[in-house]
Amino acid sequence: MGRLTLVTAGMVFSGVFAGLAWAVWTIAEAPVPVSLPTLVSENLQAAGVEHPVTAVLLNFRSYDTLLEIAVLVIAGIAGISMSRTRSLEDPGLRTSDSLLYALERWFFPVMMLFAGYLLWAGSDRPGGAFQAGSVLAATAVLMRLGGVPMDFLRPGVMLRLGLTVGFSVFLVVALASALDGDVFLQYPEVITKPLIVLIETGLTLSIAMVLLALFVAAPIDPAEELEEGGAE
Amino acid sequence: MSVSLLYAFAGVALCAMGGLGFTVLEHLLRKLLAFNLMGSGVFLVLVGLAQHRGVPDPVPQAMVLTGIVVTIAATALAVVLMRRYYHLSGQTGLVVCEERKEPME
Repeated sequence: MGRLTLVTAGMVFSGVFAGLAWAVWTIAEAPVPVSLPTLVSENLQAAGVEHPVTAVLLNFRSYDTLLEIAVLVIAGIAGISMSRTRSLEDPGLRTSDSLLYALERWFFPVMMLFAGYLLWAGSDRPGGAFQAGSVLAATAVLMRLGGVPMDFLRPGVMLRLGLTVGFSVFLVVALASALDGDVFLQYPEVITKPLIVLIETGLTLSIAMVLLALFVAAPIDPAEELEEGGAE
Repeated sequence: MSVSLLYAFAGVALCAMGGLGFTVLEHLLRKLLAFNLMGSGVFLVLVGLAQHRGVPDPVPQAMVLTGIVVTIAATALAVVLMRRYYHLSGQTGLVVCEERKEPME
């Protein structure tokens, strides 16, 4: 990388900064035609949940969330198919830290409880499927580092089910309402909240599973022989 | 000028810094970090700009929440791909193709 290129790139991105800052300033000064927060709070009664962010995520703009979980599942599957881990019991993948072992025993139940609370809290205060899924995944990563056997991570029914449960539940609910004569992704009014909680539970499991699967897929032992037709 | 707008401008600065890093740095991991910096900048702009009038806007917040999760998954996938690439090629950066340096016929 030459000095000239560096200076040129610096100048280009200074220009980018100036342009973007000008754009942000212009947008901030311009009057807004529609106030989205007002729109959301006016329609919150019909959303089935009391927290505006959850209402947007799982009702007003649930299309985004549906596609997001699809992207996650694809990323998870792609990550798993790249993985080169020989076995889940590989001692090299474990830490032998007694402090971690001791903490793990305390953390595991507390974090499970916390994930469950976050999932439930999502309907009327900050929380929801994403936060709960992340906490669940973090718990599982801790378990993994501590060498707790997790058989469900092997390629098989449990892994597939875990990866796809969120997307499938979401899609089934969306299609069921479409087949019932409503718009795609329009929940029936009477059971909106149970449906949202059901979808969120599925999402939590799937998000945790995708993140964990990607974490497990990452390590590659450099000394390991290639198993299938690689470059060598 | 409110505090939220300051967040938006910080986001713009992060975007520019991330973009610079993404083009200039050669190590793939650094490229990824720079790219994530850019993404964080976008999130800051979205949230900061939307609530600079004082009312938090749930719509961009939900979009950012979705974006964060996708970012984590995409980053993890990128790390997996990178390690695979390193495992196969022994390189930490993308190799410049040698043929392109030769004069064109």
